[in-house]
Amino acid sequence: MSATAFDLLLVLALLWSGLRAMTVPDLFRAVVTFIVFGLLIALAWARLDAPDVALADAAVGAGLAGALLLDTVGHLRAKQGRPPS
Amino acid sequence: MTATARALVVATSVALGLALCWAMLQLPAPSIDLRTHVEARLDLAGVAHPVTAVLLNFRAYDTLLEIAVLQLALFGVLSLCGAAPLAGRRVAARPEPLLQSTAGALAPLVVLVAVYLLWAGARQAGGAFQAGAVLASGAVLLFLAGLMPPWQDPGAPLRFALVAGFLLFLLVATLPLPRAQLLRYPPHAATALITAIEAGLTGSVALILSGLFLWLPDENEEAEQ
Amino acid sequence: MTPASIYALAGAALFVAGAAGMVLQSHLLRKILAFNIMGSGAFLALVGLGQRAGPPDPVPQAMVLTGIVVAISATALALALARRLLNLTGHMRLPRKAADD
Repeated sequence: MSATAFDLLLVLALLWSGLRAMTVPDLFRAVVTFIVFGLLIALAWARLDAPDVALADAAVGAGLAGALLLDTVGHLRAKQGRPPS
Repeated sequence: MTATARALVVATSVALGLALCWAMLQLPAPSIDLRTHVEARLDLAGVAHPVTAVLLNFRAYDTLLEIAVLQLALFGVLSLCGAAPLAGRRVAARPEPLLQSTAGALAPLVVLVAVYLLWAGARQAGGAFQAGAVLASGAVLLFLAGLMPPWQDPGAPLRFALVAGFLLFLLVATLPLPRAQLLRYPPHAATALITAIEAGLTGSVALILSGLFLWLPDENEEAEQ
Repeated sequence: MTPASIYALAGAALFVAGAAGMVLQSHLLRKILAFNIMGSGAFLALVGLGQRAGPPDPVPQAMVLTGIVVAISATALALALARRLLNLTGHMRLPRKAADD
């Protein structure tokens, strides 16, 4: 019974972080929420008895994709924060 | 986008979501059990882990094309690096010593974890992609800490190393061509072939994934090319 | 309802939410985020439906591994294109119709 409660909680957290990642006005917060979403998905894979997929998603989805997106957000901010030439 | 169009999109997606959920709940119990089929032929596959066996033996064609897709994405990123010669990306102006020492201490651990994941993939969870992704994360960490210089326009050895995994896989796939077959491993050589393919894949995937980060088009001072 | 079916339903909801987000958002980075959420939802649905009877099934898991790698390739290429657009036009949104259209 507690396993189902954990699953429901995880699903709710997934849906909430997924929606927030798309709608938060600040881009940096959106990317960080997306990284959290990626880690929660890795938890979901672990619950689904898929350890290979959990490893791959944690390394690639949360790690590499998060790094790529954060780099782009920093690039965007540097470009916008630049004084008008 | 007008407000009515947005409302229409939201309403359509909610309706589609509810229909999908209802359809999923109506599905009967699955009639095919693929797991028993895979387990029955696991000793012919050459590895002891069912997911690795499926990935590198039973559905090896998908994995071959997946490596090709990774390479295509890298070719796209490389060709988008701008007409200006790759001057290399700017790193942090003031490298932090704490980050540098931590990254330097973690780098051998990253390599160890990656090699372990590659080796363990034959028996338990692990495999080539996980190992390659961990290596690529280590490379990105070293770059961000300032311990690795930015990657310039790739020379011949790096270009060869980027495609070596795919070429090795393609070579193994076309070996049975004289017998008019493709991508079949003889059962006595399956383990050796899979190990070789996985090693090549790990190296290439690590380089490609690091390259996808390190070769992203950067700011050009003269943006009007 | 087995736990895997719950994740399959969550996958369907995430897919639909990601699709709506991709259509409604105009900023390219948010489109890429929505695309990734769509992909994760589809993978959850694939594995969840395959395992709804109970025991873990290796074939959908291998397919999802392939799918994750393809999704990261697409994300990287999309980010490269978006940054190129940023360098060329200064915005990260697709240009509106030109004045002389």
